[in-house]
Amino acid sequence: MRHFIIVGILVIATAALTYFGLTAVGLMPVEASVQSLAIDWLFNYEIIAISFLFALIVVPLFYSLIVFRRRKGETGEGEYFEGNTPLEIGWTVAPLIVVIAFAYMGTYSLGEVRRVDPNAMEIKVTGFQWNWRFEYPEYGVTSNELHLPVNRQVVLKMESIDVLHSFFVPEFRMKQDVVPGRVTEYRVTPSLIGDYKVRCAEMCGTSHAYMGAPVIVSSAQDFDAWIKLQNAPADPVANGQKIIATNGCLGCHTIDGAKLVGPTWKGLYGKQETLADGSTITVDDAYLAESIVNPTAKIVQGYPPVMPPFNLKDQEIADVIAYLATLK
Amino acid sequence: MKRFFSSALMRGLFWQFIGTLVGAGLVTAIRAAMGLSVTDKFFFTEPAWVLGAFFGVLFFMVGTGVTSDWIKWARGIDPPEHHEERFQGWEKYVNISLDHKVIGVQYAITSLALICIGGLFALIFRTELAQSQLQFLTTDLSLFGQNGPQLYNTLMSLHGMIMIVSILLGIASAMNYVIPLMLGAQDMSFPRLNAFSFWIAVPAAILLLMSLVLGGFDTGWTGYPPLSARAPVGMQMFFLGVFTAGWSSILGALNIIVTVVRMRAKGMTAFRMPIFVWAAIATSIISLTATQLIGLSFQMVMFQRLFGMGFFDPGKGGNPILFQHLFWFYSHPAVYVFVLPGLGIISELLPVFVRKPLFGYRWIAMSSMAIALVGFVVWAHHMFTSGMNEYLRVPFMYSTLLVAVPTGVKFFSWIATIWKGKITTPTPMLFVLAGIVAFLMGGLSGPPNATVSVDLHLHDTYMIVGHFHDTIFGGFVFPFFAALYFWFPKATGRRMNETLGKLHFWLMTPAFFVLTLGMMRIGLLGMRRRIVDYDPAMGFDSTHMVLTIAAFLIALAVLIFLYNFFNSIKNGEKAEGNVWNSRSPEWQVPSPMPAHNYDQPFEVVGEPYDYGLAGSKYVEFIKSEKSAHN
Repeated sequence: MRHFIIVGILVIATAALTYFGLTAVGLMPVEASVQSLAIDWLFNYEIIAISFLFALIVVPLFYSLIVFRRRKGETGEGEYFEGNTPLEIGWTVAPLIVVIAFAYMGTYSLGEVRRVDPNAMEIKVTGFQWNWRFEYPEYGVTSNELHLPVNRQVVLKMESIDVLHSFFVPEFRMKQDVVPGRVTEYRVTPSLIGDYKVRCAEMCGTSHAYMGAPVIVSSAQDFDAWIKLQNAPADPVANGQKIIATNGCLGCHTIDGAKLVGPTWKGLYGKQETLADGSTITVDDAYLAESIVNPTAKIVQGYPPVMPPFNLKDQEIADVIAYLATLK
Repeated sequence: MKRFFSSALMRGLFWQFIGTLVGAGLVTAIRAAMGLSVTDKFFFTEPAWVLGAFFGVLFFMVGTGVTSDWIKWARGIDPPEHHEERFQGWEKYVNISLDHKVIGVQYAITSLALICIGGLFALIFRTELAQSQLQFLTTDLSLFGQNGPQLYNTLMSLHGMIMIVSILLGIASAMNYVIPLMLGAQDMSFPRLNAFSFWIAVPAAILLLMSLVLGGFDTGWTGYPPLSARAPVGMQMFFLGVFTAGWSSILGALNIIVTVVRMRAKGMTAFRMPIFVWAAIATSIISLTATQLIGLSFQMVMFQRLFGMGFFDPGKGGNPILFQHLFWFYSHPAVYVFVLPGLGIISELLPVFVRKPLFGYRWIAMSSMAIALVGFVVWAHHMFTSGMNEYLRVPFMYSTLLVAVPTGVKFFSWIATIWKGKITTPTPMLFVLAGIVAFLMGGLSGPPNATVSVDLHLHDTYMIVGHFHDTIFGGFVFPFFAALYFWFPKATGRRMNETLGKLHFWLMTPAFFVLTLGMMRIGLLGMRRRIVDYDPAMGFDSTHMVLTIAAFLIALAVLIFLYNFFNSIKNGEKAEGNVWNSRSPEWQVPSPMPAHNYDQPFEVVGEPYDYGLAGSKYVEFIKSEKSAHN
């Protein structure tokens, strides 16, 4: 009996120390979304359970190792008892109740995380190797930065044009895979003004580690000001440059003459190129436009036919070509 | 040396090389006849490499001679029923043997070799991760057609799969060596199939390593399409390597089940079997029935690449998420394949070193079966963020949390076993204890991943990496070392050096806990898994440096172990008796074990773990004129 009392006290003390130690260290990043509250709420209870169970096993283990160790010169065997059915039933049923409770709490927490605000602002997100593009259909704005107004739910409708990616902002506590061929949804209500970063959390190839984009949570006024700035008319060359940046073209093409998967754009405009079938062609507006909309129609010799078609508006194509023409 | 080069192993490798050339040549000839391109970046085209790899495996198996008895049967020739050992000493282990003990040792050595290779890969990329930015795996580097980050991806992916194969071989070694001895059988049910199961793992490992030099691949060990449908030729070698290793696992499991069902000693009823046998049965049921799914999922990607069958290509109506379901249907239960035998070893060894009965034997036996069965309905918890039907996440959360119940039964029973024992802590017991604590850390860090909302944050971070390494070290690595130290005298008649064993333990264990706790720490803060570089602004640099040092300490400890292991075979202290004072039948006869095991059959006359019950015995040898090998 004495052993049980000592171990009981030690278990409670160790559990308390473990819990307060873990929470004092600070386990999670800042809470920057409404959803993170429901997640951290559940996680806190999990840490309590973990601290207790840790103590419940480790304390009697080390206590036994010290108190029941075989001392020098001691012979004989341990105390003979080979089981106790009520005890076994007890430590089967009690954990069963605990895990069902946690599953219930988990369901509740998930419900909170997925709570829908019918007035949520929709943003279209496209993931590609190796960047993100954000479109605001309400405002007709496209950007490589995700700007969000604080305290307003946004729903990200996400798609990938190539492989799997995953949208992960640790401060929001959530990630969601981005899958080619389907639209996945990420609902978040930012609650803390600040600069964060979305990083790809699903292995997507060579530059996976660097696939990130700024996430800027700002006041409603600052957000509106940013939208206004985006809508100001830009000159065609600058706009073309932006379209190229937001479509990830520079993953395969360079502007400095280096050869990647696709031909470099340096000095491309107006150049004579030999095609895969041996014929030659002058790179003019019509050829460039065709190569954007239907890239595999005329492949330059020595390059693989791997570029996906890009569905740009006529004005956008003209702007891109205007930009390409500046790359002498 | 000459005898080494004429061994079955070297013969097999030679024929694998020839087979690869023949297969690749065949496809190249057909392509040339059809006017298709005949060479590519890595000399042969991808279809040529695939058929070459396949032929290589076939040629290896026939070349070693492991299939020769079957070929003789097919031709109507009767080979002798009992093969006598033709080789002595080390030569036994590089040639074909049908003795389960020799095969057990072959498995163990191959497993250790793969642990070293997989560990070396880990050290390479761990060193790169010690600091943010790229230090030596830079974009300027070019090795095997890969730049630095690509090589990182390949090494990281191969670390995963090579370690998995080494674990499968490690548990096979323990099961193969120990189970027939525990059952009182002369050998496994199907000795030729047993040899086949081991030998096919060798070309499988070669294929996995070939992927490194054929352009590598960057998907991680999971091989998710569409990325795996676009990766270099190395991807195909990886798929074929896993596919081939799967045969080893499936056939080995079949053999274990049949052996346990058919070849138990007289009186060994189900609940008088050693507890390790229960664990092996639970594991084998999973291996036998689930391994096909990983083979299938990889084969489908292979065919998507080779024949344009768009199973997972959304452009052709395929579905990338289907792959994840098929893949995890094996790969989740697979982690129970990895840990159940190790947990069985813990349950098996604890009573010996605490001199007390195993507390709640039947509950522990049934908990292994419960884990195995529940393990089949939890796979989608790997996919909470994948974009699958979101309501399905809730039932999978419930089923996953249920795994905690039988796992808890094991922990509580172990503690009750230790309670009021007379505990000694030689090296095997130290590893058993570390296994319990490490598996506890893995077990406790699991449930947060199972609750969907928290997993939205934890998924694909270092939290998962830390959790996984805890479960695998607790469920496999520590118990595997415990088993090696424990059964080493049985296999060699000598024991391993105790001082070096303790040094191995005290170097590895603290370093390991620093490693996994550090991983979990930065994982919670947002460190993603599988990245070659991380943002210095996140402030992970110092932690990563500590993790890298810890990894090197573990490697040093394993080197000490290897020295101790190979040195003790010849120079260890003689230990031919019942060194651990165990009740198990294999320790009731002198070590090392003779070729066909027991000279006299035994009968089970008591409970396996009645330590401390005066006058009780587990087995009694039957005195008989007609016993098998007089």
